[in-house]
Amino acid sequence: MTSTSDPSPTWDDRVVTDAYRAHWGRLLSLLVTRTRRFDLAEEALGEAFARASARWPIEGTPANVAGWLYTTAWRLIVGRLRAEEVAGRKIPVLAVGTGWVPAVEPDRIDALDDERLQLILLCCHPALHRDSQSALALRLVVGTSTEEIARLCLVSSATMAARITRAKKKIVVAGIPLASPIDAELRVRLDEVCRTIYLAFTAGYAPGSDTELMRADLAGEAVELAEVLNHLVPRRPQVQALLALLLLQHARRDARVSEGRLVTLPDQNRSRWHHGEIAAGLELLASLEPTDGYAEELRLQALIAGEHSRAAASADTDWSTIASHYLCLETLTGSPIVRLNRAVAVAEADGPVAGLDLLEGLETDLPGHHRVFAVQADLARRAGLIDLARTAYAAAIELCQNQVERAYLTDRLARLTSEPTV
Amino acid sequence: MKYFVLLAGAGEMPAWDDLTPEQQEADMAKLQAFDEACAERDRVEIIAAEALGDGQTATTLRTRGGEMTITDGPFAEAAEQIGGFYVMEAPDLDTVIDLCRVLPAYDIDIRPVPDMG
Repeated sequence: MTSTSDPSPTWDDRVVTDAYRAHWGRLLSLLVTRTRRFDLAEEALGEAFARASARWPIEGTPANVAGWLYTTAWRLIVGRLRAEEVAGRKIPVLAVGTGWVPAVEPDRIDALDDERLQLILLCCHPALHRDSQSALALRLVVGTSTEEIARLCLVSSATMAARITRAKKKIVVAGIPLASPIDAELRVRLDEVCRTIYLAFTAGYAPGSDTELMRADLAGEAVELAEVLNHLVPRRPQVQALLALLLLQHARRDARVSEGRLVTLPDQNRSRWHHGEIAAGLELLASLEPTDGYAEELRLQALIAGEHSRAAASADTDWSTIASHYLCLETLTGSPIVRLNRAVAVAEADGPVAGLDLLEGLETDLPGHHRVFAVQADLARRAGLIDLARTAYAAAIELCQNQVERAYLTDRLARLTSEPTV
Repeated sequence: MKYFVLLAGAGEMPAWDDLTPEQQEADMAKLQAFDEACAERDRVEIIAAEALGDGQTATTLRTRGGEMTITDGPFAEAAEQIGGFYVMEAPDLDTVIDLCRVLPAYDIDIRPVPDMG
């Protein structure tokens, strides 16, 4: 073993943490594709990191961190395989598709892109439940802990552990293969992967039923997954649009909550936005051509997020452009949620009454959705329709599940009642 | 791996008897195409394939507390009418899914047959 640094009493445990962030996914991909066994690969790699924590502080950090971890894990696997062979056990392995080539001893760990892509595609196979897809991809590709994924998805750790175990079992038993899809198929599969990543991302921003307003730190794990994917399959329109969208939205995370309260976009302190990430998102977005399908859906959403990010102050927002992007998005998707957001944009561009007109009938398309009433209340208040505003706030408060958001709505209703009628 | 492929007449696939002779012929051609595609594909083999009598001809056996009762079937009061099945050998799930694309518009359930050996 080669050591470049002397053991030091001030040894920083972040060395192992950083190695985990940097290498977990590609090492696991390599081990899974070489052994075709999730259990062996995950266990051995976990043990290799545990040994690193114990030994690096004493022996010094190895020159080739990834190589050390890989070799350690691989030796553990070989030992286990021999023991199984001696015991005469036959353990089912992952199926492999046509054209699949087994991974070989790596010259360079950072060149393992094919294996990593195969693992992402395996995790996001449409035969798996959508919730399991994102959980598996975060666990195996990014190395997010089961506890963190559980918190992201608002379920207990035990539930999430069971979900991940079930999904891995299905992959092996149902014969979902490791594969390198041909290009036409890859496009469809990448759409699915992008949908999965976006869902995982939005889970971090979805209000929970408790007092924790959002889990933006965990949404960052989904951004990382999108970055990995964009690195593995460069210049794919849906992947680039997804990454631009996530960068732009995630850049606002620190300004969204203040003193336990939700801060809506117009009231956010824009100096708390991550402007470097916004610049990266806008640059990526500027390189994208109009397209179709899911890639276009993501691109239009990114354009909208980009318009918000570009405005130095809330009053500078180009609402007409945003409203026109929403119109394109509504035409493409027919989604009532898009209509709701479009109503907000139109109200800003053309006045609250124009926005209210677009809400017509939305409560039947989005039953039980408190945001329809919350938007209606806000627009009615601004249009001076106080009675309508009062009824709508009450309906929104009744439907809202999140304490923090409900407090915000209740506060608005109280202020409405105390203000003199216009 | 061995797979059990269940064909159900729901969705866009009406009951066989409701099809016109032309439609029946077109669907027979698709079933034939499936057989041929399987024969051509490497490491794929159809082990068994049968069309089944409709749900009204099914008899259901249920055992509760050790007592077996016999009733008119089928047991699944589902919208799906099970039309037939294949048992086939294939290297992986993606291969089976790919081959099933040529079949008539049945709703299809693919189950692995676990290797008990």
